[in-house]
Amino acid sequence: MSTTYRPNNPLDREREFTDNVESRESLGKAFEIIFLLGLLVGLFVLALLIFDISKDGLVRFFSPGFLTETPSRFPDQGGIRPAIIGSILLGITVILTAVPIGVGAALYLEEYAPKTWWTTIIEINISNLAGVPSIVYGLLGLGVFNYLLGFGPTLISGALTLSLLSLPVIIVTAREAIRSVPDSLRNASYGLGVTKWQTISSHVLPYAVPGILTGVIISVSRAIGDAASLIVVGAVSFLTFNPGLFQRFMALPIQIFSYITRPEPGFANAAAATIITLILLILALNGIAIYVRQRFSID
Amino acid sequence: MQATNQDNFHHSRESLEKKASEDIQEKIVAAILFCCALISIVTTFGIVFIIFQVTFEFFQEVSLADFFLDTKWTPLFAERHFGVLPLINGTLLTTAIAMSVAIPLGLCSAIYLSEYAPPKVAAILRPAVELLAGIPTVVYGYFALLFVTPLLRNFLPLEIFNALSAGLMMGVMITPTVGSISLDAIKAVPRSLREGAYALGITKLESIFKVVLPAALSGISASIILGISRAVGETMTVVIAAGQQPKITVNLMESVETLTAYMAQISGGDSPRGSLNFKTLYAVGAVLFVLTLSLNIISYWISNRFKEKYD
Repeated sequence: MSTTYRPNNPLDREREFTDNVESRESLGKAFEIIFLLGLLVGLFVLALLIFDISKDGLVRFFSPGFLTETPSRFPDQGGIRPAIIGSILLGITVILTAVPIGVGAALYLEEYAPKTWWTTIIEINISNLAGVPSIVYGLLGLGVFNYLLGFGPTLISGALTLSLLSLPVIIVTAREAIRSVPDSLRNASYGLGVTKWQTISSHVLPYAVPGILTGVIISVSRAIGDAASLIVVGAVSFLTFNPGLFQRFMALPIQIFSYITRPEPGFANAAAATIITLILLILALNGIAIYVRQRFSID
Repeated sequence: MQATNQDNFHHSRESLEKKASEDIQEKIVAAILFCCALISIVTTFGIVFIIFQVTFEFFQEVSLADFFLDTKWTPLFAERHFGVLPLINGTLLTTAIAMSVAIPLGLCSAIYLSEYAPPKVAAILRPAVELLAGIPTVVYGYFALLFVTPLLRNFLPLEIFNALSAGLMMGVMITPTVGSISLDAIKAVPRSLREGAYALGITKLESIFKVVLPAALSGISASIILGISRAVGETMTVVIAAGQQPKITVNLMESVETLTAYMAQISGGDSPRGSLNFKTLYAVGAVLFVLTLSLNIISYWISNRFKEKYD
């Protein structure tokens, strides 16, 4: 079969169409490599970042007392214990407040909500809240928790601010998990004469747990790594005691920020060592969640 | 009708009575879950109310014209100016740099993962790329200031704090946002469209540029707008690496200050509540909120408007 044809357009008639498959295919190959390189750039930067931070921070990270002592004015002394405890407390509070509320909201929207205008408003609203910058949540926390409720710049203010920040992501992912529970499961349960809440609590929720946990990991990791909102709420960068719920507090990202902004040489290494700690904390959180997810997943 | 209802009632009286308590329990549960959902609305009202209340107070002391037209932002100096334009300029500059990184890298990742990568490879590479979004942003700030800037200073006359390094790192950070939403959009393009194109003797690359990408355009533009919104709202990278020099410039090698960087700066200091400095925090926050909210709404609207095209 011939791959030539004569165009009808008189202007084009002089030129014969050739398919040129080879050159088009090799252009295709070239672009395949470009696309792959584009994808790899990000991973390359990630590798560089990990390498650079390990190079700068590992020595300091393993220096005695770094994880167990309170901060010092000198870059190569003291440790980051109050920041670690602060971050862990923040994370626990976020899990205790944001997860039940987020899953509750997701259950309402998926299982109970009638399709009316105001549930649509709630839905649009949640997706918009997911895009509000973290520093704006800081303003909300400052206004509501610091001043209106009178907590002041304490750990609980920071934790509740981070909870509000985490809620939209938890709700969105929990909804997806609940939506993916097959209806046959619900119908079978109803068929036995069980009420709606009993169906949800004993069938829908256990089935949705792995998916819900994914959202919880993502959002709590983000909350633990967030500094912008905590700066506005009033986290401090120097404490000589372990923070409690109603005390002034430190957190790892704030500690990193304060180390980076100090001009003396050794603080960069201390910042890198603190970054290693923060990333290990996030990885540990992910590890726990993945373990729980595998235990609970129903195949 | 009336009679049968009556009958049923007598037959199953016991079970009905049991139901009554369950009914109350059910209603309580439904009410609690409804309250959980309501918290999102309360949060939104909280943000809007708190930000705009203080912003309103701010505008009783500084005129709207000064705020939006003055070209100097010096609220902490003896001679005070409250022109927000330099901060907006800084924000747009870093955002533009970030997007010139995130759009090509994000689209390349999305195209490679959906069109070229074997499923097993894609299953590894996609989460690997998305790790970039999970790294705390303060870490990108560290990397921009202490690795990227010194590296670039070998070739370019950069200031220590500069828009370029911060923008580049922000771009890497936002790549997964652009990439994964674009990827979903590209995957939603039906196979039949690609097959139709192949049947016309088109190559794979041509099918990508002439069929798949145009068909996924709405999802891709939504991802880009969402990426812009992320860049506008990003704080830690710019406050660490871009500096605190509010000025109107397009020179990427200079230090600039963004809306978010100013907010972080003023929060770190000791501005007493109710002072004019304190109120600038909210006025700038209001600009940031309106800017990102509009971008989010546009992105949401685009992706919803064209979603059901192929269903």
